[in-house]
Amino acid sequence: MAGTDFLEMSRRGLMTSGAVASAVAVVPLATPTPAQAATDRLTPSTMPVSFTVNGKPERLVVDTRTTLLDALRENLHLTGTKKGCDHGQCGACTVIVDGQRINSCLSLAVMHEGGSVTTIEGLGTPDKLHPMQAAFVRHDGFQCGYCTPGQICSAVAMLGELKAGVPSHVTTDLASPKHSEAELRERMSGNICRCAAYPNIIAAIEDVAGIGQKSGNKA
Amino acid sequence: MKFDTPAGTNPIDQGKVIGKPTHRIEGPLKTTGKATYAAEWHADVPNAAHGNIVGAAIAKGRIKSMDLSAAKAAAGVITIVTADSAGALDKAGRNTAKLLGGPEIQHYHQAVALVVAQTFEQAVAASHLVRIDYDRADDGKFVLADARDAAKPVQGRAADQLLGDFEGAFAAAPVKVDATYTTADHAHAMMEPYATIASWEGDKLTLRTSNQMIDWCRMDVARTLKIPKANVRVLSPYVGGGFGGKLWLRTDAVLAALGARQAGRPVKVVMQRELMFNNSVHRHATIQKLRIGAGKDGRITALDHEGWSGNLPGGGSENAVNASRSMYAGANRMMRNRLALLDLPEGNAMRAPGEAVGSIALEVAMDELAEKLGMDPVAFRVLNDSQVDPAHPEKSFSLRKMIECLQVGAKAFGWNKRSAKPGTRRDGQWLIGMGVAAALRDSPAMTSGARVRLSADGRVTVETDMTDIGTGSYTIIAQTAAEMLGVGLDKVSVKLGDSDFPVSSGSGGQWGANSSTSGVYAACVKLREAVAAKLGIDPATATFAGGKVSGGGKNATLTQAAADGEVLGEDTIKFGGIRDQTHQSAFGAHFVEVGVDSFTGEIRLRRMLAVCSAGRILNPTSARSQVIGAMTMGAGAVLSEELVVDPRFGHFVNHDLAQYEVLVHADVPHQEVIFLPDLDPASSPMKAHGVGELGICGVGGAVANAVYNATGVRLREFPMTVDKVLAGLPELA
Repeated sequence: MAGTDFLEMSRRGLMTSGAVASAVAVVPLATPTPAQAATDRLTPSTMPVSFTVNGKPERLVVDTRTTLLDALRENLHLTGTKKGCDHGQCGACTVIVDGQRINSCLSLAVMHEGGSVTTIEGLGTPDKLHPMQAAFVRHDGFQCGYCTPGQICSAVAMLGELKAGVPSHVTTDLASPKHSEAELRERMSGNICRCAAYPNIIAAIEDVAGIGQKSGNKA
Repeated sequence: MKFDTPAGTNPIDQGKVIGKPTHRIEGPLKTTGKATYAAEWHADVPNAAHGNIVGAAIAKGRIKSMDLSAAKAAAGVITIVTADSAGALDKAGRNTAKLLGGPEIQHYHQAVALVVAQTFEQAVAASHLVRIDYDRADDGKFVLADARDAAKPVQGRAADQLLGDFEGAFAAAPVKVDATYTTADHAHAMMEPYATIASWEGDKLTLRTSNQMIDWCRMDVARTLKIPKANVRVLSPYVGGGFGGKLWLRTDAVLAALGARQAGRPVKVVMQRELMFNNSVHRHATIQKLRIGAGKDGRITALDHEGWSGNLPGGGSENAVNASRSMYAGANRMMRNRLALLDLPEGNAMRAPGEAVGSIALEVAMDELAEKLGMDPVAFRVLNDSQVDPAHPEKSFSLRKMIECLQVGAKAFGWNKRSAKPGTRRDGQWLIGMGVAAALRDSPAMTSGARVRLSADGRVTVETDMTDIGTGSYTIIAQTAAEMLGVGLDKVSVKLGDSDFPVSSGSGGQWGANSSTSGVYAACVKLREAVAAKLGIDPATATFAGGKVSGGGKNATLTQAAADGEVLGEDTIKFGGIRDQTHQSAFGAHFVEVGVDSFTGEIRLRRMLAVCSAGRILNPTSARSQVIGAMTMGAGAVLSEELVVDPRFGHFVNHDLAQYEVLVHADVPHQEVIFLPDLDPASSPMKAHGVGELGICGVGGAVANAVYNATGVRLREFPMTVDKVLAGLPELA
């Protein structure tokens, strides 16, 4: 069956991509051997991958080293998802994949065969903002705007995690996590904002979650 | 327009749009991912190749040889830029180290090559195949404390200032503090990396980049590449944070331009995050010695602030002592700024250069002296306020409400609940303390131009090369135009960050808001004159309101003026006269409450308040965001931010966002900002100052003073990491 073949190829591709990824990680630390150099001179390994982005089916042939972040930005030109560090340290690249927020820079595009990706562009448009986007504007939950798509995607998925009862480091009742500023701050701490709009972001999230407005700008 | 006498009543004073809390007009674009940052111009530059930077692996020395053969043969590689291939480059005066190194290496991670390939992955992979043999110099100097004794006085604006007889007055003072403080090297760590897409059309270069100062960038890339400035266009409509780090032309722009020239097609360069900390610029570490003497009445009689920082040859200092020049009274003073030579990466301006870290030392020293005097730290500061710059008593401050800021803040924060005796308030395992600091940051104004267009459909479009680095420029510029022309904010479009537009002040030194809106004010005055002339109304008496123009018994609509074609107003504001005759600074006071874990020494911020006096607040919404952001950055400077120098290799070892610890959501508590309702007619037609840097001044001192109040542990080496706090806490039974 074609579908099975494709899955087989997908598994092989994953293994290949893993090997290449680790080679890339090792090379800077060690003097490249002639064999490694030769490997890199080969035509890059590419693979087809299909997933939906913001509800639209996409089929790409990508370098197996291409991260989901670069596939979105460079292949699909969806530049709303930001590259801040490329190492999973800042959260600017946060997108929602199959309902979960992930750092798209830490995930290879080919790993998402059949997946469903939601980016900032899929949440709303300037004329029709998602409630979280509107709340960020209302509470001035950003300044330079570069971390903002990641903060918003993270916030949307995070409220889902809280609703599903997923505990965090600061949860006191593990059986039943409750909304609190401390919970929201803890759960959003993977998204750095150097402009430090933090209290305004928390106010925006509380606004969307319908849980009071203790801090932030209510202008 | 020349601004040289105090502003009278003008249309800005109507305050229908200006001064009202206003959401950012570009907010819907930023929150939906539709704002175009430097590396995101796919539609305009569809065929850009990708450049990846190779940074030097030594801090000082020379490249003996480079073997590019494997990299050149790698899949997808188009070309490789090195100092050899680039040919002779010039260096702009605003850059200290060269932006493309080799064969001489001046600092770690100085760019030595750009590998250009068809794809990002190919460029990265090929970069790792570049083989470089170095001749590492063994005389690199990387430790400020070791280089301190050889440091030299700094000339110019930061030169020594000696008043009265400090030594005599200090010796005679009955109460005194004599202490040394250190602050670490700090990184701007803006979220958007340095990034540029460069494209050539013949000998014309276009840079789509991320830069705070469009005209400086244009000038300096032209100088560096030895091409006419007129042949360069710079676009930077959205800047993903700068904090001073993007004031300058940097490596990404130069290498993208060189790469695109060699490749014969556009090249995109996004600096790898792990290169940013050593490749670019940072705030210098400081050593600061404070000696302050006071009479038993609490009046300061002697004040000495001596500061040391280090930089590459030709680089500037971190002028920390500037924080003390005009903050407090005291007849006998010494302000001495010393600069040592270091072979670390280039030190340069970061948010409130000088004052941001100078005020930490000064405000902690003031806290120490207040305690020795047995005085309340707020009362001690109020007593020692100076309404003039002590070195220039003839020059008064145009607006100085430091005392009000302290008093309003003390009341709002509940300062009276502070225990004067440290270590006496507890909340469970937490030791609770409060700290205060005053804040001062100069409010310079810079020449700034703008063009305003009125089209037949009644839309107003403002064009200026001003940048919005998160500061809210788009919105305050729109507010200014709306107020001046009597239209709603929805009728105004703002176009920024394009060197085809009139040259503005740019964003830096907290001059941007006041200067750029003054430039827009001037252009709007010109447009009002043109509109009035078209409508046959006397410009001097014309009023603009509700989309209508009236005067001398005549009434017309704005659109009528543009019925037979667009009407244009363009002007540049220049400052002099009254601005030179008065001292222009913004003032504030910071109040901080912390909890310190009595078991672990962990410091947690609990509450923060800033009170600011900065003339007219153009948009309280974005001004507040600027201040809370600065408070957080200033708190980070004393709590966690430290570029750690590895003295063996001469680099900042923690060069990524996991190891250089900026504050995150969980670190930042409730923050409040109070703006005093002020106008400063001596400042500009907008009657405004800046707030973006005011917010970072003093706040670190307030945090440190709160930690002392909580624990009785006086820390003078910043940041106050847990190991330092814990060492001072009493043994637990």
